Amino acid sequence: MNIIRRLWLWFDDRTGTSELLRPLLFHPVPPNLGWPYVLGSATLSAFIVQVITGIALSTAYVTSTADAYNSLKFITEDAPFGRLLRGMHFWGASAMILLIGLHTLRTFLMGSYKFPREVSWLSGVVLLLLTVALGFTGQLLRWDQTAYWSVIVGAKQAEQVPVLGEALGNFIRAGDTVGGATLSRFFALHVFFIPAGLFLIIPLHLWMVIRNGISEPPSPGRPVDPKTYRAWYHEMLRKHGKPFWPDAGLPDLVGALTVFIGVIVLALVFGPPELGKPPDPTILEAYPRPDWYFLWYFAVLALIPPALESAVIVLGPILFMVVMLLLPLVANKGERSWRRRPWATGIVTGIVVMVGTLWIIGEQAPWSPAFEARQLPTPVVSTLTGPAQRGAQLFAERGCLQCHAIAGQGGRRGPDLSTVGSRLNREQMIVRILNGGVNMPAYGGILTPEELDALVAFLQTRKAPGVVGGGSQGP
Amino acid sequence: MSTRDTEPEDTQPPEDERPDVRSPLNIEVHNSEMTVTRRNFLTRVGIALGGLSAALLGGPVVAFLVAPLFRRPPEIWRSVGKVADFRVGETVEVSFEEASPLPWAGVTARNAAWLRRVSDSEFIAFSVQCTHLGCPVSWLAGAKLFMCPCHGGVYYADGRVAAGPPPRPLPRYRVRIQGDEVQLLVSEMPQSPPQS
Repeated sequence: MNIIRRLWLWFDDRTGTSELLRPLLFHPVPPNLGWPYVLGSATLSAFIVQVITGIALSTAYVTSTADAYNSLKFITEDAPFGRLLRGMHFWGASAMILLIGLHTLRTFLMGSYKFPREVSWLSGVVLLLLTVALGFTGQLLRWDQTAYWSVIVGAKQAEQVPVLGEALGNFIRAGDTVGGATLSRFFALHVFFIPAGLFLIIPLHLWMVIRNGISEPPSPGRPVDPKTYRAWYHEMLRKHGKPFWPDAGLPDLVGALTVFIGVIVLALVFGPPELGKPPDPTILEAYPRPDWYFLWYFAVLALIPPALESAVIVLGPILFMVVMLLLPLVANKGERSWRRRPWATGIVTGIVVMVGTLWIIGEQAPWSPAFEARQLPTPVVSTLTGPAQRGAQLFAERGCLQCHAIAGQGGRRGPDLSTVGSRLNREQMIVRILNGGVNMPAYGGILTPEELDALVAFLQTRKAPGVVGGGSQGP
Repeated sequence: MSTRDTEPEDTQPPEDERPDVRSPLNIEVHNSEMTVTRRNFLTRVGIALGGLSAALLGGPVVAFLVAPLFRRPPEIWRSVGKVADFRVGETVEVSFEEASPLPWAGVTARNAAWLRRVSDSEFIAFSVQCTHLGCPVSWLAGAKLFMCPCHGGVYYADGRVAAGPPPRPLPRYRVRIQGDEVQLLVSEMPQSPPQS
C-alpha cells in the first residue's frame, strides 16, 4: 500500500469523507435523463468560472470612481492574461444568464417544479433573481461611460416606485447624483452581498435534488398525485434507477467542460467587451446600451406607451415574481408532460417569441435618433437646383435626417421619406411638418416660411420610380 | 451522525416509555415533562438572543448604508463661466463640480448642463438628463431640439416634450448672475417646470 493511499485512508477514517460522499455519488437516479438535465449543473459551472475569474480580477481592479476605468484599461491592455480573464468573466456571465434562463424554461416545460419539488423551484427563482442582479451590477463595474449612464437609468427606474421611489433611487446612486460612493456600493453588492446570497441558496437548491430526487423525464398520461407520487418514485428508482455516477454525473461533467472550453474559446476569439469612453458626465455624446442580456428590456422601455410606463416598470417585475413564486404552490400536481399542458407550452412559446423579437428590435433601436447622420447621400443632392437644393440642405440641418431616412441614409424613428413625394401632396406635407405627429415635433416654431417652402419643394422631388405627377393618394 | 450505536427503529419502545437517550451532541437528555418545558423555554430564550445578536450587528450596518440618504448639502452655487462668454440665443454645454464630491470621485465629481443666454441678463440652465430614464440629451442647434440617444425622447428649445416617452419637460437649474459670473445652484436637484 503506497503512502498516498495510506494517508487517504487515515484522513477518510478520521473525517468520514467517503461515508458522506458515497451516498451522494451513487444514489439512484431515474434512467434516460438526457441532455436537458445538464442545464442546471452547467449553470453552476458557469458560476464557478465567475467566482474564480472574479477573485482574480479583484486583485487588480480599483474600486474608486476616479481610478476604476484606468485599472480596467490596465487589466485589459497591460496585465499579462488580463484580457483573457476579463473576457472569461464576461463570457462566463453571458453563459450563466443564458443557461439559467434555459434551465428555468426546461424545468417549467417538463413540470419538474411540481410535488415534491416546489422548494427546488422557489429557491431557483431566488437564484435567477440573484443572477440577473449579478449581471446588472457587474456591467456597472465596467466603469465606463455606458456604466455611468446605466446607474442613472437604473436609479430612474427605481424612482418610479410610489412613495419610496426617491429613497430607492438615492440608495442605488448612494446619493442625489452618481459620485464617489456609487461604485464602492455596487462593488460590495457584486462581490459580497449577491454572491453570499448565492452561496446560501445553492446548497439548499442542491440538497433538494438529493432529498427529492431528480425529476424523472415526464411522459404524457402520468400525472403527479401528491398522495402516491413519492411511493411510486421510490419504487421506480428501486426497479429502474441508475447510480448518479456515472449515469448522470458524466453528462454533467461533459456539460461543465463544454462551458469551460466555450468560455475560454469565446474569450480568446472575441475578448472582453470594449471599454467605452471614460465615465465623464460632461461627455454628452453617449449611446448607453445595456449588455445583450438586458437589450430586450431596453426595447420594452422604449416601446411601452408612456402612460403605462410607471406601471410596467414597477408592477412588471413584481407581477413576474408573484407568478413565479405562486406557480409551484397553486399548480403542484397533474400532468407534467408539455404535450398535455397546452397553456404551459403556449406561454413558453409566447415568451420566447416576444423576448426574441424585442431583442432584435433592441439591437436595431429604430427609436434612437441617428446622431451620426450628417448629410444626404451625394446622388440625392447632386441633381437638385433652386429651392429643392436648399430644402435638401435644411433636411440635414434641421434634424429631419436624424429620424427619417432618404435613400438609405438617416434615422428610422419616422417613416422612410425616399418616395414621400408620391404619397403626400404639398398641403399634406405642410400640415404634417408644422403640426408634428405622434412622435414628431411640431416644426411650426422652428422653420421660417421660406425654409418650409424649400423643404417641401425638396420632399416633392422624392418620387417612387415610374410614378408621374404629385402624390394625392393621401397619407 | 452515526446510527450504529442506537437501536434499530422497530425495537424502540413508545416515546413516553423510552429511557433517557443521548442527543447527537452526546449530551444526556432527560425525557420528562419538566425538562421539555425547560428546554422549550430555553429554546425561546435562544431564539430571542439570536435575534438580539442580529439586531446588534445589523443595526449599525443598516444605519451606515442608509444614513447618506438623509444628508443634505448646504446651498452651493457654482460658476460656469463669465456672462460675456455667452452669446444671446446660443445654447452651450457648461460643466461644474458637484455640490460635495468625495475626494476620490475623479471625473464623476463633475456634471454638465445646457446653458442658454436668453437675453442680456437672463439665462436658462437645463439638466442634461432626460426625464424619461436619465440618459444625456444632446442639443441640435440646427433643429433647435434636444434629443435623447436612448429611447427616442425629444424636447423643444424651451424644454417642453416634443416627442417620445419623457413624462416631463427638461428640468432646470436655478441660475444667477454674481458679478460677471454665471452661477448654477448645484446643491438642489434641477426641477421640471409644468408642461404648458
